[in-house]
Amino acid sequence: MLRLPRFRYFVPRTISEATAMKADSGSGSVFVAGGTDLYPNMKRRQQTPAAVISIGGLPELRAVDFSGDGVAIGAGAILSDLENDSRIREAYPGLAHAIAEISTPLLRNMGTIGGNLLLDTRCNYYDQNFEWRQAIDFCMKKDGQICWVAPGSPRCLAVQSADSVPVLIALKARVLLVSAADRREIPLEDLYRNDGIDYATRKPEELLTAVWIPRPDGWRAAYRKLRRRGSFDFPVLSVGAAVRREGPRVEEARIVLGGVASAPLRLTDAEERLKGRPLDEDSIRDAADAAARPSRPMDNTDFSFLWRKEMTKKYVASALRALTGAEGGRG
Amino acid sequence: MSPPTRVVGRPYEKVDAAAKVTGQTRFADDLVLPRMLHCKLLRSRRTHAILRRVDVSRAAALPGVLAIATGRDLPIPFGILPVSQDEHALCLDRVRFVGDPISAVAALDEETANEALALIEVDYEDLPTIASIEQAVETPFPRIHDYGDRDNFHKLVSMEFGDVEEGFARAEKIYDDLFFYEGNTHLPLEQHAALADLGPDGKLTLWSSTQTPHYVHRALAKVLEMPAARIRVIATPNGGGFGGKSDPFNHEIVVAHLSRVTGRPVKICLTREEVFYCHRGRHPILMRARTGVRRDGSITAMHFQTVLDGGAYGSYGVASTYYSGALQTVTYPVPVYRFDGARVFTNKPPCGPKRGHGTPQPRFALEAQLDKIAVDLGFDPAAMRLSHLQPPSSITANFLRIGSMGLGACIEKVVAASGWKERRGRLPRGRGLGIACSSYICGAGLPIYWNAMPQSGVQLKLDRSGGVTVFCGSTDIGQGSDSVLAYVVAEVLGIDPFDIRVVTADTDLTPVDLGSYSSRVTLMTGNAALQAAERAREMLVAAAGEKLEIPGSRVALAEGRVFDVEDPDKGLSFVDAVIAAESKFGTIGTVGSYTPPPSAGRYRGAGVGPSPAYSYSAAVVEVDVDPATGIYTVPKIWIAHDVGKCINPVLVIGQVEGSVYMGLGEAMMEEMAYRDDVNGNVMHKAPSMLEYKSPTTLEMPEVVTLLVEDPDPNGPFGAKEVGQGPLLPIPPAVANAVFDAVGVRIDEIPVTPEKIARALKARAAGQPARVGPASFPTIPYPDAVRIPTPAEGGDGRARDLAATGAGGVRKADR
Amino acid sequence: MAPSNDFLRSKSSISLHVNGEPVEVSFASYKTLLEVLREDLQLTGTKHGCELGECGACAVLVDGRPVLSCLVLGLACQGRAVETVEGMASASGLHPLQKTFAELGAAQCGYCTPGFLLTAQALLDANPSPTFRQIQEALAGNICRCTGYIKIYEAVELAAARLRGEDASPRRETLYGTDFDDSGLLPVLDAGNGSRATSGSETAAVLRGQPDRKTENEKPDGREPR
Ligand SMILES: Cc1cc2nc3c(=O)[nH]c(=O)nc-3n(C[C@H](O)[C@H](O)[C@H](O)COP(=O)(O)OP(=O)(O)OC[C@H]3O[C@@H](n4cnc5c(N)ncnc54)[C@H](O)[C@@H]3O)c2cc1C
Ligand code: SF4
Ligand code: FES
Ligand code: FES
Repeated sequence: MLRLPRFRYFVPRTISEATAMKADSGSGSVFVAGGTDLYPNMKRRQQTPAAVISIGGLPELRAVDFSGDGVAIGAGAILSDLENDSRIREAYPGLAHAIAEISTPLLRNMGTIGGNLLLDTRCNYYDQNFEWRQAIDFCMKKDGQICWVAPGSPRCLAVQSADSVPVLIALKARVLLVSAADRREIPLEDLYRNDGIDYATRKPEELLTAVWIPRPDGWRAAYRKLRRRGSFDFPVLSVGAAVRREGPRVEEARIVLGGVASAPLRLTDAEERLKGRPLDEDSIRDAADAAARPSRPMDNTDFSFLWRKEMTKKYVASALRALTGAEGGRG
Repeated sequence: MSPPTRVVGRPYEKVDAAAKVTGQTRFADDLVLPRMLHCKLLRSRRTHAILRRVDVSRAAALPGVLAIATGRDLPIPFGILPVSQDEHALCLDRVRFVGDPISAVAALDEETANEALALIEVDYEDLPTIASIEQAVETPFPRIHDYGDRDNFHKLVSMEFGDVEEGFARAEKIYDDLFFYEGNTHLPLEQHAALADLGPDGKLTLWSSTQTPHYVHRALAKVLEMPAARIRVIATPNGGGFGGKSDPFNHEIVVAHLSRVTGRPVKICLTREEVFYCHRGRHPILMRARTGVRRDGSITAMHFQTVLDGGAYGSYGVASTYYSGALQTVTYPVPVYRFDGARVFTNKPPCGPKRGHGTPQPRFALEAQLDKIAVDLGFDPAAMRLSHLQPPSSITANFLRIGSMGLGACIEKVVAASGWKERRGRLPRGRGLGIACSSYICGAGLPIYWNAMPQSGVQLKLDRSGGVTVFCGSTDIGQGSDSVLAYVVAEVLGIDPFDIRVVTADTDLTPVDLGSYSSRVTLMTGNAALQAAERAREMLVAAAGEKLEIPGSRVALAEGRVFDVEDPDKGLSFVDAVIAAESKFGTIGTVGSYTPPPSAGRYRGAGVGPSPAYSYSAAVVEVDVDPATGIYTVPKIWIAHDVGKCINPVLVIGQVEGSVYMGLGEAMMEEMAYRDDVNGNVMHKAPSMLEYKSPTTLEMPEVVTLLVEDPDPNGPFGAKEVGQGPLLPIPPAVANAVFDAVGVRIDEIPVTPEKIARALKARAAGQPARVGPASFPTIPYPDAVRIPTPAEGGDGRARDLAATGAGGVRKADR
Repeated sequence: MAPSNDFLRSKSSISLHVNGEPVEVSFASYKTLLEVLREDLQLTGTKHGCELGECGACAVLVDGRPVLSCLVLGLACQGRAVETVEGMASASGLHPLQKTFAELGAAQCGYCTPGFLLTAQALLDANPSPTFRQIQEALAGNICRCTGYIKIYEAVELAAARLRGEDASPRRETLYGTDFDDSGLLPVLDAGNGSRATSGSETAAVLRGQPDRKTENEKPDGREPR
């Protein structure tokens, strides 16, 4: 039986207690929400925190508040609750779809949206038991020196793999970060850094308390995910796309790739190609063509990276087509 | 027609169903004994190395550690086959793959055992590694084992049945194709576990999730140097086996040893990663199929060549090698046949028997090639197969005796049910239908250790309570073998199967059955149980006849009564009949046993292939391919299986559906994939349930199961196997359907979207629309042993080579 | 790895409800609910196949929701209600899902069964009339290597019908496949667990016209004459 390493476990009752505990326990402690990312990592000894602060039960973090200008979703909201929340399905069907594509029904009953946003980056030289990693003398991301994916690389290339992120960025989501001393709100995009080890700009003492999404206001989003099976599997390429149209023409578009770099990747070129044009086969083809170049997957996930790269175009096109209503509108 | 039956043929619940749905079934890891210790294994972190030093002193000093073992403690080798005793409980002086066990710790708890492992120091001296068939062929030295046919070839065989050159000369067309089938693994949901307890009486008991307690028993006796009579092996219900628990394993021997050393019970449960290292799964096989046909689609000659990637140890590999060629002849007549087989050692977890043992790979090659032939000759692939069927009650070129043969009915049923004739070729773009057929053995004709003893034994106990207990060494791995014993006995004695107690898989209490492998259990234990039950019935009939004052011929047993057929109200309850019998004969116990009929072949290698009976299947698979991406789904499968006779149809269907599932996983996504040269190691790419892709509910298609009953004279009530055969047609039917859908040939399993996309691209670029192996290495197959076929008047023996001038020495042909 | 120190090795205790009964249990504080159930409460009906959230064998209900016990910390269960397979049957008998899983052979090796049963129970508690697609989706986090899931779907559908109060029985294709010839069966109906049917005379009528089975099957030790 794979077991957790030993650690101290704290259960705060409020956000401020949580951030205070974090400040007290220092760098060896981590927050845990659903634990569906942290605990497997701990069992594999990819993470060995001295203390774990559980924020999963904090009622303050569970709320889903719709207000005039958008929705604030508590970081501790459970994925399956969000997926089934009729207001979210109504206002942000693309997000509801992306969440429904995460892991499995059982895991979605445990995992939180905050945990998803802060999901560790993935790599199949890293997501292995301690003994396996010992046999390759570890790698840069944990306990080792070099990157096996690209031995010349100065940084880790582990892959951004959280399903909710591309759509949320496309929808201009912002996140709220709170520490004992400070509190700040940043665009979700800015939460990420293209570095497989230091993949989030969140300071270690900061608790992510909420993600805020502006009112749809004409925006529609869609999500497309490439993976081997219809369940369990992480995305090895994903596309979150959103457009706002005025009349037939695209006023603004945001297209975000997941699963091909250590951070979500905005496709600004592709977005530009849509602007001012109707969303039709022509403009979609142009945008998809522009998407292929920046997509540079590495050989560290399921499927061959060459094929994943080839699929970028098709997946971007498919996500955009969903927004025309031509693909059943499963936005 | 066979006589009507009462229990047999009905969809009864399994006798252990209630325990399984209530969580009461005790699997090996559920067992706990007082003072039980926990064992963990230190496994090799190097792929191929000499062990210079294994220092356990720091680990031994850790509080809570009670014993540590290394290879020196258990130096006697073992292995499932007598010819490949090449494993050690713990590596002696050499490790052969990442995961080979080196040392074992017994501690008060698992956590302490793990901490102790981290304190064991090992010095390795690396050796060159071999990661693939090609590397093994090119690397004669160093040898991974110092036995085997030569270099890094574990086994090399070649046999020629009849005059193959002449057969090719008669062909109007010759097809020559290469195929590859990637390795995959069983992935039983239950991780292997074992618990050993050496009692104060010096007797050892081992509970283990094994499919073959009998062979574990043998291995324990050998390695521990203990009389077998002092060892008791109990196979716990297996949480899935599929062949993955049919070898005796290191960890079973190690916990027995540690229990002997500590005088306390010792348990081990492997992690999922370790289960991948135990493996014994499907061999990767590279294949070359040369087939001569006439314009009507009949085969005139076949030359089939295989190379198996065996991994680091022998396991069942010699048998697997023969199996990769043995069953090509049982579906369609192959008048002359040559088979060359080779198995190489590589530095990876050992391959062995997985559902279909050695035959899904050649079956894929044969059925995919037939599809090409049909297309090329302008035949409907279903019709072409239907018009060239091996006849029932016949003998093949390689001396396999076919009894009942329901393949024709199978093909007709799937063709009708799938709308093959109307729909094929008329489906929308990207949709396609593919057909394939197959056959599988119902137990091997010869046991692993050649002897004259039965392969299966059953004892039956009846007593004055009316209670009936069946004792049999067979192991229920989920297929329902315990239930089959109860159904057969209940049928004969006219009682309810749920009134019978079944005691199985315990080497102290139950007569030997060789184990749950090669689809032998229903046929062999079923026959043994039938014989034991008939003998008990005779006693009941005699006693009851006397009591009722009627001749035995008028006594019937049914519905818990023993009565006069002519006057059904006149009779005894079953209990009273048993009392009468016990009064007349004394204590009542009967036995039954089963030994398969001798095989017709007498040549070397004739031990693999013969079986008391052969099951047959045909499947039609529908695929939906997106030509833009290569991504495809399988919406529906129709499968017909000739099971001879259903002992219980709902269990038969369950086996069919489970086989379809596993075959589909292999066809679409499952792979034992490795990375070469990471830190000098050959690493399993991702030994986890997440990255080893087992289909979920969302991949599983609708399955229409059609049962064909063509009773076989050798089967109990005519029954044949169903546990493995229905897997076989699925991979080729998928590949054939993909061709029908988008016109590309994927001559490689698994058929992945990437490969389809690559083939479509190749076609667009004017290259052959195919993905598959490009070349076949030069293998030093030996000179073929020549065996004249039955049609040529052969007697099953190899031809005296001296007479042909081909060699001066008469080769031993057993 | 973390050094062993006495504080970290010490046990913690919690109180919770397991299968409706109040329980107090103490265990090493890093243990997951899976380990607590199996090792500290001897409830070994909950299985494990990966301990990493990748198989579904360890599913239990916590406060009515199906979750993976291998990723729930034991300490996080203070005050919660946990249901395991051991709690599904009641004094009045098996849960309808347990009954249909047994009836249709949806438990082959049975190792995935507890996880499937509890996941399915949660589905039917929330949605008494799930569509086929909804059943597939609800069970998409449980791997079964034996059945191909088909008998499991059928068992869930049948149990759902019975829970709705319908007098449902298995479909013929479920039990016999499509297009099955049953002319060789004696007229015993309803072969469910423990059923006995027809009168002796009916049987006798059939038996009378029946050849002695012995002559067909009895070959000494199954050997053919050599
Ligand atoms: C088999 C399997 C399959 C999976 N498949 C997918 C998939 O397909 N797609 C996908 O996106 N994910 C997948 N996951 C990952 C995971 O289940 C989800 O990403 C989930 O949303 C994580 O949420 P959690 O609450 O469980 O995170 P946790 O494990 O609790 O936390 C994850 C990380 O975030 C930190 N954290 C959590 N909450 C906060 C907070 N409020 N403030 C600061 N830090 C915080 C933790 O310290 C930790 O580092 C899978 C996991 C498993 C085991
Ligand atoms: S990308 Fe390189 S450094 Fe990062 S986890 Fe993978 S192998 Fe390690
Ligand atoms: S044990 Fe596999 S999911 Fe929990
Ligand atoms: S019944 Fe064996 S894994 Fe499902």
